[in-house]
Amino acid sequence: MATGFDSRVVEYDVRTDEMLVNMGPQHPSTHGVLRLVLRTDGEIVSEVTPHIGYLHRCAEKIGENLTPRQWIPYTDRMDYLAGMNMNLGWSLAVEKLMGLQLPDKARHLRVIIAELGRIASHLVGMGAYGLDLGTFSPFLYAFREREKILDLFEEVCGARLTYSYITPGGATADLPPGWIGRCEAFLNELVPIISDYHNLLTSNAIFIKRTCGIGVLSAEMAIDYGCSGPVLRGSGVDYDLRRDGEERYTEMYDGYSFEVIAERDGHYPKDHQYPKVPQDAVLGDCWHRFYVRMLEVMQAIDLLRQGFDRYSAATGDWGTPIKLTQKLPKGEAYLETEAPRGQMGFYLVSDGSSIPWRVRARSSSFCNLSVTHEICRGVPIADVPAIVGSLDIVMGEIDR
Amino acid sequence: MSEKSLLQLLQSRFGNVVTGGDADAIDPWIQVEPQSLLNVCTYLRDDNKLRFDLLNCITGVDYFEPDAKKAAKSPWQPHTELVYHLSSIALKHTLVIKVVLPRWKNDQEGSLPEVDSVSSVWRTADWHEREVYDLSGIFFQGHPDLRRILCPEDWVGHPLRKDYQMPLEYHGIRGR
Repeated sequence: MATGFDSRVVEYDVRTDEMLVNMGPQHPSTHGVLRLVLRTDGEIVSEVTPHIGYLHRCAEKIGENLTPRQWIPYTDRMDYLAGMNMNLGWSLAVEKLMGLQLPDKARHLRVIIAELGRIASHLVGMGAYGLDLGTFSPFLYAFREREKILDLFEEVCGARLTYSYITPGGATADLPPGWIGRCEAFLNELVPIISDYHNLLTSNAIFIKRTCGIGVLSAEMAIDYGCSGPVLRGSGVDYDLRRDGEERYTEMYDGYSFEVIAERDGHYPKDHQYPKVPQDAVLGDCWHRFYVRMLEVMQAIDLLRQGFDRYSAATGDWGTPIKLTQKLPKGEAYLETEAPRGQMGFYLVSDGSSIPWRVRARSSSFCNLSVTHEICRGVPIADVPAIVGSLDIVMGEIDR
Repeated sequence: MSEKSLLQLLQSRFGNVVTGGDADAIDPWIQVEPQSLLNVCTYLRDDNKLRFDLLNCITGVDYFEPDAKKAAKSPWQPHTELVYHLSSIALKHTLVIKVVLPRWKNDQEGSLPEVDSVSSVWRTADWHEREVYDLSGIFFQGHPDLRRILCPEDWVGHPLRKDYQMPLEYHGIRGR
């Protein structure tokens, strides 16, 4: 390719009438009911305006009428692809307000469940991203493995999508006997399959062409817009609440060894086993965001394996769930956890009764999506699904 | 920087603008005068020792008891509170800022209380303030595009206010 030549330049030169194009709310590549209004000039998008709220249920208002335990099912329905992590975030916030300390066993149980949830969520993220870019098979591969995780979750709590398993005070039940063994066997199956995923997408020439250098999000802009999770780390910011968060959350991971997945000096932690960063990739582009997610799957597997032994060796029990109508101490508490999609925060204000005065959910996808109009400016229409898909949003969490 | 010394620093730097605070709360917080919010926030972001580069969340809390019997017993006067949760990625500390506003501007029911927008300090505030405006009914002066975000454009009322009444019907859909 000649230097300075851009195949899109022709498009930029031609000026035609501007047109407003509605993408969504019922569009296969908008991940739910997201409506994007594109101002286009031919194939080039000059402005993107996201319209959200189609799934709004005002869960926060509902939370003002329920006790913390009764609200748990509503957290499931926020990020419905990572219900376990939502339960965990809310439970930790309630425990923070109440000043509860959990036995060791409950802590390790939560690490295991949360990391397994992270794998399931990233698998969907990966598969759905393939769909956005026009390839169907990775989606099926991803769902095949996710199905096994859902089976494991079903064994634990009886539900496959909306778990309500982790509750303030611990969990609703202990892991069933033999579950750890089955989970371990599943991980041993999963690890070789990860390289299939990498072959299908990460190092696929078409995939690289569609994602490298597209939707570049600088670190400064990512922080300014409050992006978090893989979107933030894909821009090279070394920040993960599991390591940098509040003590109440990080102490859950005490003694676990893991490296935050972010690029340092052109390298990701332990990246020699995985496809190399393509030459065209720019830090903060769609490819990097995707890659961070893929590496986080491996990181989660590693954490899970560390958790198994600790859980089996731990003393104490899996915690005692608080009473359904437990009175809350007067005060307020805010806690953020590292959910698969970023920093999920829960805030509750209590006036001393068993029903919180105010409940607030800080959604990670909400902030991640707010950056779209910046990174979708001046791209061809075909890149818009690629960029929005790389943010891996879940509308249930954005609209709440 | 520990949270207590942070509060002391702000109290000495801004003096009477910081009207209150609690360093022993679960999340230590300071209360700031609404007029000076923008100044304090800019300082918090830009000062080298503080560097609050991330705005986590903005919450509007409505302190109002619609039930007259219970209201007589409630420990506070009716007001609205804005809670800003800040953290610093660079220095890894957090802070909570509170701003107390009247429930209605000039006590006229229907006119929203006003406060300066901090969307020029953190872009996160753009959507968060739209959400607070939409659900809690607080007007942000200087916001570039203050529209409803989660509720439809023609929605009436602000659902997270305690005296909010669900509409009887909306475009032919039954409400209550």
